Amino acid sequence: MYRIPINEWADFAVMFLRTNFRPFFRWISGIIESFVGNFETLLIVIPILLFLVLVVALAWKFSGRGLALFTIVGVSLMLSMGLWEQTMRTLALILTATFISLLIGIPLGILASRSDLAWKILRPVLDLMQTMPIFVYLLPAVMFFGIGLVPAVIATIVFAAPPAIRLTNLGIRQVPQEVMEAASAFGSTPMQILTKVQLPLALPSIMAGVNQCIMLSLSMVVISAMIGAGGLGGVVYRAITRLEIGSGFEGGLGVVIIAIILDRITQSFGKETAERKQS
Amino acid sequence: MSKIEVRNLFKIFGPESGKAMEKLKAGMTKDDLLQKFGHTVGIDDVSFEVEQGEIFVVMGLSGSGKSTLVRCLNRLIEPTAGEVFIDGEVVTGLSPDKLRAVRQKKMAMVFQRFALFPHRTILQNVAYGLEIQGVNKQTREEKAMEMLSTVGLKDWGAVYPDQLSGGMQQRVGLARALAVDPDILLMDEPFSALDPLIRKEMQEELMELQSNMQKTIIFITHDLDEALKLGDRIAIMKDGQIVQLGTPEEILTNPSTEYVANFVTDVDRSRVLKAENVMIRPRALVKASDGPRLALRKMKEEELSSIFVVGEGRTLRGIVFVDRALEAVEKKEKDLKNIIDEDIPVTSPDVTLLDLIPMAVTARVPIAVTDDKRKLLGIIVRVSVLAGLIAKGDENNDVSYTD
Repeated sequence: MYRIPINEWADFAVMFLRTNFRPFFRWISGIIESFVGNFETLLIVIPILLFLVLVVALAWKFSGRGLALFTIVGVSLMLSMGLWEQTMRTLALILTATFISLLIGIPLGILASRSDLAWKILRPVLDLMQTMPIFVYLLPAVMFFGIGLVPAVIATIVFAAPPAIRLTNLGIRQVPQEVMEAASAFGSTPMQILTKVQLPLALPSIMAGVNQCIMLSLSMVVISAMIGAGGLGGVVYRAITRLEIGSGFEGGLGVVIIAIILDRITQSFGKETAERKQS
Repeated sequence: MSKIEVRNLFKIFGPESGKAMEKLKAGMTKDDLLQKFGHTVGIDDVSFEVEQGEIFVVMGLSGSGKSTLVRCLNRLIEPTAGEVFIDGEVVTGLSPDKLRAVRQKKMAMVFQRFALFPHRTILQNVAYGLEIQGVNKQTREEKAMEMLSTVGLKDWGAVYPDQLSGGMQQRVGLARALAVDPDILLMDEPFSALDPLIRKEMQEELMELQSNMQKTIIFITHDLDEALKLGDRIAIMKDGQIVQLGTPEEILTNPSTEYVANFVTDVDRSRVLKAENVMIRPRALVKASDGPRLALRKMKEEELSSIFVVGEGRTLRGIVFVDRALEAVEKKEKDLKNIIDEDIPVTSPDVTLLDLIPMAVTARVPIAVTDDKRKLLGIIVRVSVLAGLIAKGDENNDVSYTD
């Protein structure tokens, strides 16, 4: 049987991109690097106490006293384990990845909700992004962007952006037909319908997308560490390779603490608007 | 010049409606079009004119194309062929910008399931039409407030739609439409989702509003009673066509086709109408713990000779007559407990008019309609039952003419 040379094609495509698009990758790399770098510096420079107060305030406002207490305990634990800098590095990584994912994902989700054709094209791409084993694109990412934070951010975006796109699309498509008709019947422009009706009504769903995006970014931290992203993932990765179970557990615990705090805050934000919508 | 003119309007649903339109014009039947070509004819060559200030009712069963028709007027659904004129200006074929201007200024729509914006307060809902026209916040909210008072909801501006009952939500829907001060109101089965009593109330309010406003109203309904009550003229639709167009009298006395005749015979009122259809809200009620003086005053205000007494949760306790209330006042009694007459006619909401006749003939007081927990839903005065009887006689005669 004739063998379709997908293997050779893929090799060729990677080599071709690598040789001909170097300036482009450099440019992207520069942007992301400075973004993550500045973010990280900011997080490390902020006095720990101020940082703690800010996060506790957020936790209290959006979730409640329980999470505020948990945040105090969690952050103290992180400090006592001596993992503060690593935690901030990881936080910078996932928040950057999430931010860029949303920057790309929400507009794409809006596009997908407005055009069946766009959604038809986008869907298999999203399936591919979510199910393709990560290591398959991790290596080309390293070839394009070198070792370090940048390929980690890119790989994280590939993995974490799809739910933001899917849930934005879903939320907008779920706006009831009659409500859409009402908006049109009063002579709204498509932009007015989008900003005054569709996006506000899709907000709970979009916030669920944001939440998913953050959670998936967090699940990538150890893999990111393999290509030199450092942070808490680095702690875990190093511990695993040296069979230091205890210190691996410490790093893992740090990831879990970040996950719980971010999850509860973003989740309750989505819920608040959802309750308004239907109660 | 007519306010609205519709000329040879067609709407065909399907991926190749243009081709289907040609086939229809070439003489292909609607059934063939559906079975061989997969296209549905929603509106089939409809023409009519509506005059300024008229309530034009489009009536038909579900699937007759009436909702499609009303949506073709403001092009929420794009007609396949034909023309719609408003004030002599053609609406079909307008650019999106100009169409939006027509939708903003000339016509507003009221929907069957209210279609309020759930994320906006009542005031913001009513102000929506003005907001998208760029009217500043203060002006639009003043206007919205004014409209809310017109529909009797001026204290409800700050709450959200899900906190209101169906009837109140539709008042908001009406206020939202009126706030942009349109010439034309498109009402797509606006009262169909409401309880019978509320529906009746809303119909009366609409009539009252209309007598002050003189809007041109296109009113869609599947309910003949509603059509007869509201319509200056009625168009009866079937399979996408108007099968008869005329005043309520014309339609009742001279049904042009068997389809219309069947519609009209269906209104054998005494069999079809139920207690809940003819009951009215009691004008006044008292509680058993109220004093006889209060009962007397309420009776005097409403010019009644008797008044119903209810307890917790509007459960029916009985009735108090004016003479016994007077006696109680003389005896200086504190409440009504001793003078409540419990032997009164009571019925349930689903009893037909036909079965109510014997009770209505003998009853000295209005018949109380209660649910199975004895909650008072409404009352029926003798006149309502008799009116139903008379209508029944008329329609039987009409039908025998056509037979």
